Amino acid sequence: MQLVLEKRAERSGTIALVSPLIAVGLTIVTMVILFAILGKNPLLALHAYFIAPLTDGYSLQEIAVKATPLVMIAIGLSLCYLANAWNIGAEGQFLIGAVAGSWIAVRTQGTDAGAWVLPAMLVLAAAAGALYALIPAICKVKFGASEILTSLMLVYVADLFLDYLVRGPWRDPHGFNFPTTAEFDPVATVPLLIEGGRLHLGSIIVLLVVAAAAILLGRTIKGFEIRVVGAAPRAARFGGFKADRLIILTFAISGALAGLAGIIEVAGPIGHLQPGISPGYGFTAIIVAFLGRLNPLGILVAGLFLALTFIGGEQAQIAMKIPLDVTKVFQGILLFYVLACDSLILYRFKLVFPNRQVARGAG
Amino acid sequence: MRKSLLALATGLLLAGSVSAASAADKLKVGFIYLGPIGDLGWTYQHDQGRLALVKELGDKIETTYLENVPEGPDAERSIEQLVRAGNKLIFTTSFGYMDPTLKVAKKYPNVHFEHATGYKRNPNMSTYSARWYQGRYIQGLIAAKMSKSGVLGYIGSFPIPEVVSGINATMLAAQSINPNIKVKIIWANTWFDPGKEADAAKALIDQGADVIMQHTDSPAPMQIASERGKLAFGQDSEMIKFGPKTQLTSILDTWGPYYIERVKAELAGTWKSEDSWGGLDSHMFAMAPYTNMPDEVKKMAEDAQAAIIAGKLHPFKCPIVGQDGKPVECKGGDHLDDGQILGMNFYVKGIDDKLPGK
Repeated sequence: MQLVLEKRAERSGTIALVSPLIAVGLTIVTMVILFAILGKNPLLALHAYFIAPLTDGYSLQEIAVKATPLVMIAIGLSLCYLANAWNIGAEGQFLIGAVAGSWIAVRTQGTDAGAWVLPAMLVLAAAAGALYALIPAICKVKFGASEILTSLMLVYVADLFLDYLVRGPWRDPHGFNFPTTAEFDPVATVPLLIEGGRLHLGSIIVLLVVAAAAILLGRTIKGFEIRVVGAAPRAARFGGFKADRLIILTFAISGALAGLAGIIEVAGPIGHLQPGISPGYGFTAIIVAFLGRLNPLGILVAGLFLALTFIGGEQAQIAMKIPLDVTKVFQGILLFYVLACDSLILYRFKLVFPNRQVARGAG
Repeated sequence: MRKSLLALATGLLLAGSVSAASAADKLKVGFIYLGPIGDLGWTYQHDQGRLALVKELGDKIETTYLENVPEGPDAERSIEQLVRAGNKLIFTTSFGYMDPTLKVAKKYPNVHFEHATGYKRNPNMSTYSARWYQGRYIQGLIAAKMSKSGVLGYIGSFPIPEVVSGINATMLAAQSINPNIKVKIIWANTWFDPGKEADAAKALIDQGADVIMQHTDSPAPMQIASERGKLAFGQDSEMIKFGPKTQLTSILDTWGPYYIERVKAELAGTWKSEDSWGGLDSHMFAMAPYTNMPDEVKKMAEDAQAAIIAGKLHPFKCPIVGQDGKPVECKGGDHLDDGQILGMNFYVKGIDDKLPGK
């Protein structure tokens, strides 16, 4: 006797949409129990997590700031994953983009460089991210190397490279040896949308990216090709679609978007290059991509939701003295339920009795 | 049924806002911590300071802390969150919060900020730190006496002046006992990472070091030294329980009195932006009991401590020769002045290592 997961035949679009909502509902129920055990008022805690951050402009800005890199990276990753190309190294592409863009900022520091600096930084960052993502893609296509492993390992290479630069050649000469570049000049900084706020141009760019991805996937042949190659590789081959070319293309796009996210983060909220510029955005974006069902609009919602849990978690820490660990538990439980709901909705458990099957086959 | 649930919900929310209102009369004091409060080192000591504050002034103030705040893009938001939650005095307790603290301070001129170990100030932003190099000097004396191999192992965090001055003070003291003493330095590039710190301790011991010193925050190096039967100095807090036969002494950060003093000033309306840099005489830090050493070494350490407190012994007493063999300019008369120590960016002679990035 064996327990197997069997794919359900019918698969409605409604269910795919409802599944994450069920997961969120279950998470909330679990958190209520957890808060009660911790001796915290569950209603107030949920209020701090989900409602309070949505009620003032400041927190809304912060949610947008936090969601910007997550959504930008996740959009690129979703294209890869739809085409069955497993880019796990967005974190590295993010860092390389940040480094490449910062190169211009560091080089032009203190000179009277014009308004071309920021656009050049964005373009160079995207190009560098794309090139960096092409390494695993080409290794996959030419040599059959697992893109999961190579892209992941390149994260550490990027991380150490950045580390070397800010500790060595790019270190701020007046920074008392602290590993950071000098603050970027105003022309090398992503402009703020609200004076005195933190919302920056990157949030607008990310909306454009979401729209572009929605059009690409929904209305173009290329988008169709991406989806077919991922969903039905054999059919795609008969249709004349080349899976290899698509791996290269989707990796390049996702690397470019991750690189862009990297430079926007560095030239925006941070303002200089330093180690630890990413609290794991490239990895969290993988969660965002799947939570958003690999759909551009879904990813936008998922990114905002995840950002909300970060900001809400901080406010819960302040308002209710709920430890940071609870926020992490909370995010973990959410993912657990998302995966569980997906599995149970798309698959069903079945007890398999090998003997009887053989008998039936013989009969 | 639904109605009663709704009533319950409203009731609970109301109860919450009422308790928030009564708390509003108290002065709100916020803290930003780098590590978890259970790191048993740097952050733990700051939290002990906060608890001392609560014990002393708990009826007049309410404290809030955010822990595990990375020195990156999130720091500015975390600090601003504390401001927006009504905190009027905010302590940001790590060097890397300097620029984010300054940014938020400029944005909220009516809130007062206290940044630990930095050098940028504002009319509403003070800095505070301790002259740990004094404690390092005493440790250097002990280390040179206790080391049999003549090799000290030093785990650095970041090559910032505070850490570099600690290494120099240690070596100047050690050289005064044993002119041929050697030091091996490993930069962990982190303030708190027990795994990396333990690896560094192992590597140093493998290179012949028999006394381990650290400028990182976890007790991991102490545990490794203890396992390997070597000696070590604790950091930030009392770590003797991790090495009862290993710890020689430890620099204890005692922030409580400072926090109480500053909050009292805030309550009295006399808070001013200041630069506090307290030494052993000011109780900004203390030395843990001198243990696991012969009585004569202990006496030497205690005498040095008394001399430093009395102002008779300055760790950076001139002449000081730099790594390049040239004498260092002596701006403070017979010792280096505070500016030179705060911005220290050179090794003294006898350190067989290259300062990263130099």
